[in-house]
Order: sequence, then C-alpha cells, then structure tokens
Amino acid sequence: MMSIVYILIFPGLLFLSIAGLFIEYVDRKIYARLQNRVGPPWFQPFADFIKLLSKENIIPGTEEKVMFRILPSFALAATVTSFLYIPIWGTNALFSFHGDIIVILYLLTIPTITFFLAGYSSHSLFPLIGSSRILTQYFAYEIPLFLAILSAALLADTWTINEMTAFYTQHTWYWLFNIIGFGVSIIALLGKLEKVPFDIPEAETEIVAGSFTEYSGRLLAMFRLSIDIEVVVCSALLAAVFLPFGMNLNPALVFLLFIIKVLFIVAILSLVRALMARLRIDQMVNFCWKYVAPLSFLQLIINIILQGVVI
Amino acid sequence: MGKIEIPIGPQHPALKEPENFRVILEGEKIVGINLRLGYNHRGIEKACEERTYMQDIYLIERVCGICSHSHSTCFIQAVEEIARVEVPRRAIYIRTLVGELERIHSHLLWLGVAAHEIGFDTLFMYSWRDREKVMDILADISGNRVNYGINTYGGVKRDITKEQLQKILKTIDMLEERTKYYIQVTREELSIIKRLSNVGKLSKAEAIEFNAVGPVARASGVDIDTRRDDPYAAYDEVSFKVITDNHADVYGRTLVRIGELMESYSIIRQVIENMPEGPISVKVPRKIPEGEALSRYEAPRGEDVHYVKSNGSDKPERVKLRAPTLANIKVMLKMIENYNLADLPIIVAAIDPCFSCTDRMILIENQDTRSSEVMDWKSLRQYSINWYKKRGIKF
Repeated sequence: MMSIVYILIFPGLLFLSIAGLFIEYVDRKIYARLQNRVGPPWFQPFADFIKLLSKENIIPGTEEKVMFRILPSFALAATVTSFLYIPIWGTNALFSFHGDIIVILYLLTIPTITFFLAGYSSHSLFPLIGSSRILTQYFAYEIPLFLAILSAALLADTWTINEMTAFYTQHTWYWLFNIIGFGVSIIALLGKLEKVPFDIPEAETEIVAGSFTEYSGRLLAMFRLSIDIEVVVCSALLAAVFLPFGMNLNPALVFLLFIIKVLFIVAILSLVRALMARLRIDQMVNFCWKYVAPLSFLQLIINIILQGVVI
Repeated sequence: MGKIEIPIGPQHPALKEPENFRVILEGEKIVGINLRLGYNHRGIEKACEERTYMQDIYLIERVCGICSHSHSTCFIQAVEEIARVEVPRRAIYIRTLVGELERIHSHLLWLGVAAHEIGFDTLFMYSWRDREKVMDILADISGNRVNYGINTYGGVKRDITKEQLQKILKTIDMLEERTKYYIQVTREELSIIKRLSNVGKLSKAEAIEFNAVGPVARASGVDIDTRRDDPYAAYDEVSFKVITDNHADVYGRTLVRIGELMESYSIIRQVIENMPEGPISVKVPRKIPEGEALSRYEAPRGEDVHYVKSNGSDKPERVKLRAPTLANIKVMLKMIENYNLADLPIIVAAIDPCFSCTDRMILIENQDTRSSEVMDWKSLRQYSINWYKKRGIKF
C-alpha cells in the first residue's frame, strides 16, 4: 500500500509533476529576466500542460501507431522510477540496492532513446533528421556524463548512491575533489536535456521541432512533462552526487537544502542557455570529444589516485 | 545514407515569409537546392500603371514592410526627375534622416533575426528592444512605425521641430552605446564566431559575377555603395565611410551591418547639425510630362532600382522595380551549396531576404512534358470547383 503512495504521490508521479512544472517556470522566468523580458506568470507551465491535454490528438499515418502512442508513457515512467533511488531527505533513498547508481543512469537514458524512437516512428522528414541528431549527440555526451558520475562513486568505493552520500557526508570536504566532474556533468546535462547550446536535435529554425514535430495533444503533453521531470531528476542526481553537504541534518532541512541545490543547478543551466548560440552537430561532437571527454578521464584518474593514496 | 529531399517552407519556423526551398540532403550536407518563389506575388508593377501618381506613392510604400521609405523615395526621385522638380533642401535632409533611421531599424531587426536563426535568443531580444527606440522616433516624426508616409512629390509631408531633433540625438547616443556592446559581443562570443565563420563563403570574384548588392557584396570586399557612387538626397553633403570586410562569409556580413549602424549614427548627427531652414515641399502638377527615368537608392538590403516611364497623363506608363533581394537571391543559392542543413537558415538570413519585394510570377515546367500552363482567375476557380466535386464535397 505504502509503495503505491510512494510511486504515485510522494516522491513519485504527483510530486515530480508539480516539481517539474515549477522548475520549468523557474527556468523560463530566469531565462526571460536575463533577456530583459517580463517572463511568464507562475501558473504558465500548468496552463500549457492542461491546454495541451485538451487538444486534439493527431496520429500520423505510420505503420507504427502503437509505438507512437506508448513512447511518451515509457519516457515518463523511466524518469519517475529513477527518482525513487535518489536520496532527497537524508542519506537514505526510498529504495536502494547494490549498484543502483548504474540503474539510475540507464533509466535516465531511456527518455533519450524514446525521443529517438518517437522521431523514427513518425515517418516524417524533420523528425527523422531530428532523431538521427539525437543519437549522434547521445554518443557525444553520454560517456563523459557516465565517467564523471561513476568516478565520484569510485572515490567513495561503492556502487550504491546511499553509501556514496553517507561517505561524502562523513568526509565533509571530499566533494571538492569532484569539481571537474561537476563541470563535465553540467555540460553533458545541457546535451541530455537538449538545451542551448546543445539543442541541436530540436533546433526550431532548422528542423521545426525535431522528433516531436508530429506529436500533438495528450502525447506531446506527456513528452513535455517527462522532459520537465527529467530536468528535476538529473539535477537531483547531480545534487546528490556532487553537492552532498548538509545531508545529516534534520530531514525537513535536508529537503529544503535539496530544493535549493536543484534550483542552483537549474539556474546554471538557464544562465548557459541565455549566454550562448546553438552549435552545429559536428562542432558539438568535436567539442565533447576534444575537451569534455578528456576532462572526465582526468577526473577518473584523479579519483583512482586519490582512492589509492588517501583512503 | 541515401539522398533525401526535404521541403523548407512555404511554412517553416526559419522563414518569416512564404517561399519554398527544396533541399536535397546527403546526411546533413546540402548537395542541391531549388528555390520556388511566387507565394506572395501581388502584381504591384501592373497595379501602379493603373493608378495615378498620387495613389502610387501609397502603393509603392507597401512593397516592403521594412524598407518602405527606400522604395517610396526611389520611386519619387524618378518621378521628380521626369517632372524636373527642384526639391527644397530641408525636405531632402528630412528624407535622408528618415532613410538613415530606417537603415538602423532594419539592421537591428536583421541582427535579431540572425541571432534567432543560430539559436541565440538573448541577442535577439536585446536588439529588438533597442529597435523599439528607433521605431518610437519614427512614430514621433512621421506618425507611423513602419509605413511612414512622409514622402510626397516635391518634398515631404511633415516638418520636424527642434525638440524632435534633440530627442533623436539623445536616442542616437543611447543606441550608439548599445551598438558598441553588440560589436563587442559579436567579436568575442565564441559560439557566435563558431557558427558564423566560414559559413556561406562568397569570394569577391563570385560576388561581382553573380551581381551581389549591398552588405553581401561589401562583406566580400566589393566596394560599392550607391550613397557614395551615385549620391542622391543629401548624401553628397555628409561624410561617411563605406564599410567593407574581407571575411567573405556570414560573419563578415554581420560585421558590415553592425559597422553600418555606427556610420548611420554619424550621418544622422551631421544631417541634424546641418539641417537648413525653409519650406518642406513644392507643388508638383498632377500630370507628369512625357519621359523616363531610372532611380537608384541604397536600401538597407542593397541597391534598389526603380524605372518609371510616363506618357504625359496622370498615370505612369510603365513602372519597374528591382528590389535588392532579387539581385542577391542567385548569390544565396550559390552560397548554400555544400554546407550543413544547420547552416541553411543563417545563410538565407544573411542576405536579409525580403521575399515579398522580390516575388515574381513564375512558370513551373512539368518535368515530363516540358510544358507549362497559365490559368486565369476564371479557369482557376473552375479548377478548384471541379477538384472539390471530384472528392464529393458540395458547394
């Protein structure tokens, strides 16, 4: 019984939906203020969501109608599930098992794959180009992201996110060793969440809306919601791995601190979004393999040495 | 990966006007491109011939939504040349002033559009906010934000007061500060330089061969500017530099346009300083004597050419417009080839296209039969009725 509450209400679907839409508002507001605009009112993302739900659901004439329909649910389910393993009110997450950090990382790649499949099953030209760009981009950012997060786990000598948080809470200043990894994962996150300068798969002036071009109504609303939730979950993961201070306080305080950390990461993402132009796909891949990937390897080497020397 | 053909337009987020590019892609690379105009053909030349000269001013002003003053001045200059009208100095200065304000408005607009095409929405918002200031000035001195309606045969319709001139000077100072900031941004921001450099290359020889005009030609190192080469209005009495650049790519075009903004500020200052007193218009007869004239004008997008032939009545016999985009469109097709699909929007935007100015009636040839067919309004209507009837839709 309790599990259903966890999955559907807190910290599951309902809480995440509200948090995701709220974070979208924060992102849009910061972005607007940086651009000298007023920005949307607080209920705008909710209103957009409800409006999309009431819109007509158009399904293109493709052979893969079933795929086209179920992909948004897949994306949503994967992001929501991964949140259950992230500690938010203390050093202990709701569910935990050995190796859960790898499961989280893989659950978080499922949305990307569904975006790719969504474009592929739309049978339309712009989504097709968009989905090929998603895959190209995926291979550029995913490895640095994995390496950065796993090298933090390596320092703690565990594959469980709970033990990792406990380790960093015990050794208060050790998170400073992972600062390169934090930078790398912020950059990789921009690619994962398809934000400027890496919003290449949905570059609207080139390929309309990328793989979501054929989506409308309820299905698009679901995709949008899962992207919003993905922002929360990814920021939460980064907060848990790279900013693990103050986790041994009162649970309410820790939760408050967690929200502040997530907002901080979202603010960084919005800031970068406002400061840059979109890169080309070849420039993006080049940049990731020339600079970001070597940095993540550097982080890995540093942590291997530290683990041998210090601990 | 095989070749795929994708349609960009007539409705596409990158394009602000309806036109159709059929792009042949190999992976992400563009290997062929086909342009189809004609979605916005309005038959303005013919319409001008059926209206009086007075009505034509209003029509010509609506050729383009942005360089409306350029087109009307260019047309009026041709008519005044045929009628041998001596335009008062003050009117000429006011025309120059509005023309330069229009150039600022157009280039700031372009900067925003270009930034949006490369996904840099912050610069887009900033430059369009500053553009509002110019629009405010224009609304203040002419009463309208885009179709100013300040020109008339033999002068201008509205005078400018001293207070208005002071206000313009103040706004120009502010805009100059902002433009310096944009120069700094375009010279230093790495993601802009990455996206714009070495994209849409056009060598000097090619620019001359394909007859490029305006900032596109100047960015390839071709030193042409009608304002200096064939001075009209008050341009022979002000001093300014013709901005050229040797980058010969989209980045060069950006630098040229921003450089021209700075020159425009200086021209406006000189015009305001030297503005003579006196009447603002002289009377021109309704019937224009027989004759013909060709008039050139450096619009923000390049050289605008109008040809007017009169037959002694109150309606022109023939009016021919050549908007700058028509000259640049061939160049654009040349520039797009062999670049990425991601570069297409910015290369198209870099010539600052105005497709409604350019639109011509085109005949489309059937590829198999090599024939084309022209339909008049009646047969087109009949065709559409038959089309719906065939599908069981009743009228």
